[in-house]
Amino acid sequence: MRLVAVTACPTGIAHTYMAAEALEQAAKDAGHQISVETQGAAGAVPLTPDQIAAADAVIFAVDVEVRGRDRFAGKPTVEVPVKKAISGSAELLARAEEAVRQAAPANAAAAPGDAPAPAPAAPAGAAAPSDQRSSAARFGTHLRQWMMTGVSYMIPFVAAGGILIALAFMFGGAEVAMKVNGGVFQGHTYPGVTDLSKLIDQAGYAGVLFKIGSTAFSMLVPVLAGFIAYAMADRQGLVPGIVSGLLASAIGAGFLGGLVGGLLAGALVLALTRYKPPRAIAGIMPVVVIPLVSTLIMGVLMLVVIGEPIAAAQRGLTDWLGGLSGTNAILLGALLGLMMAFDLGGPVNKVAYTFGVGSLASGDLKVMAAVMAAGMVPPIAMALSTVVRPKLFGESERKAGEAAWLLGASFITEGAIPFAAADPLRVLPSLMAGSATTGALSMAFGATSRAPHGGLWVIGLIGRPGLYLLAIAAGVLVGAACVIGAKQIGRAEVAGEAEGAAGAAAADGAGAGTGAAADKPAVNHEALVG
Amino acid sequence: MSDLITPDFVDLDLRAADRHEVAFSLASRLASDGRVTDLAGFLADVRAREEQMPTGIEGGIGIPHARSAHVTEPSLAFGRSTGGVDFGAEDGPADLVFLIAAPAGGDTDHLTILASLARRLVHASFRQALRDASDPQAVVDLVNKEVLGR
Repeated sequence: MRLVAVTACPTGIAHTYMAAEALEQAAKDAGHQISVETQGAAGAVPLTPDQIAAADAVIFAVDVEVRGRDRFAGKPTVEVPVKKAISGSAELLARAEEAVRQAAPANAAAAPGDAPAPAPAAPAGAAAPSDQRSSAARFGTHLRQWMMTGVSYMIPFVAAGGILIALAFMFGGAEVAMKVNGGVFQGHTYPGVTDLSKLIDQAGYAGVLFKIGSTAFSMLVPVLAGFIAYAMADRQGLVPGIVSGLLASAIGAGFLGGLVGGLLAGALVLALTRYKPPRAIAGIMPVVVIPLVSTLIMGVLMLVVIGEPIAAAQRGLTDWLGGLSGTNAILLGALLGLMMAFDLGGPVNKVAYTFGVGSLASGDLKVMAAVMAAGMVPPIAMALSTVVRPKLFGESERKAGEAAWLLGASFITEGAIPFAAADPLRVLPSLMAGSATTGALSMAFGATSRAPHGGLWVIGLIGRPGLYLLAIAAGVLVGAACVIGAKQIGRAEVAGEAEGAAGAAAADGAGAGTGAAADKPAVNHEALVG
Repeated sequence: MSDLITPDFVDLDLRAADRHEVAFSLASRLASDGRVTDLAGFLADVRAREEQMPTGIEGGIGIPHARSAHVTEPSLAFGRSTGGVDFGAEDGPADLVFLIAAPAGGDTDHLTILASLARRLVHASFRQALRDASDPQAVVDLVNKEVLGR
């Protein structure tokens, strides 16, 4: 086992060093490698980033706050009063070993939705020494950890918001969305609720459910981006990350925009913290300078650099789709399906959906049916995948899968985002295949929809409902099969690569047993004893 | 740099009712050599540290200590008590007591020496040698050898 430790005591001349010595001796006796940073009066020789990166676990033997605690974010951690390290150093090492062992399952078990589970528990043998990994594989592992952290914080928002919206459709019908947000439904124009005190009058209790649900949903991308940045750069990443996510929503960049924004925000904060400022402003770096500068840069980036191209691309796609009207209906359905699943509520999805609503307004009910059917496929396909092959998914993903049935049935395509954000390269193409199948079949069957929303709850407004359901089922099967296949292809490759397998496996979701795979530190904080 | 410890700072027959008396007794030795300029002030600093978190550690060790403005140079006083004095360790009283006095400003060299002293205290062999020491000079030699390597 490789360990790093920080020791610190109030005066910094005695216990700090005794604890360090005791830990070093005990580690030597037990055959572990340890590097100790003594944060004492004689000045600390900081642990190098390499030492921290290579460590399986972190020991804090401290009676005062650890300086630079965020350097250790994501490592299995044991924290005790400094004296425990002096009198019980061997026991402390055993606890660190235990923390390493528990790191993977603890991710899922610590708190529902709070601690991410990157992967199903790996066999004990998968806990390979981290120093055997190539740096590329290690980066892959980190990337996955960061994204999983964001996803794990996002899932409760998806579940709560999505289910509330689904309930709103169940009780209020498809028109509830228009009643709340305004719009035209079956020839009736709703003004939308501008004064929330009139919400119940205008939209009823279903409208209340819808409003609450869509408010929770509006936090989905900000939370994803914020907590990806948080996983990378600790607390300082949160502000630029969340603001990037809010702006990604505002510019219609969807969850892919949030994913990129969160990663960029985290990287930016990490880069800023590398800068060693003059002493005069060092104190205000973490509270003022870094949040200010990182948020400003990310905001400009999202609004100016990313925002306008996305809007332009959406305009281009819309024009292009408009030009396709009248061509082969089945191809159009397949294309709309691809677009619906491409970014699951992002800009491309929005173009397809808006195209469907526009067609509905101009009297073409088939396009709307294809769009809605295709949009229902991704969450259901993911839910099915988690049931058929639970081992391919982490604990938090399996939980998300339970809610995804209902979300998919309610045409809440965003229900698949947790899975896509965790593993976009495998999940998105698979879902696109499924949605394209459904879109094409729905068009081929000539199914129609008079509702722009509501999923299965508005089945009464669907023409040829039996065939419509068949189209959805076919797409779900295709999507789930592709997801399962894609996840296993990745794994097979891993098995083939003998060297570096540990790192790739971790990147791939099989390496949760390695200490570094912990997204949140499993902190064992013992009360300071007098 | 003068010696961290001299035979005058060693009391192999420490008699004190509690840890505050121990601190007073050992600090007086440093004060009479001029290393502690204000005995009461220094003792208050030691006491403040002791109240933050008792300094006793398992294995019969007490380490009252402070970085204090009333200290001129890093110094160590050592007391050995037959009956032991409670320093708040979980396993009972301490029979080996080190009073560590560090100047508030303390340059890094001095503090590094104190750090290596602290590291030696963890070793059972060092403690045993201190328990076996027959006279103050033996304690001084032991510290110089183990901590300063001379």
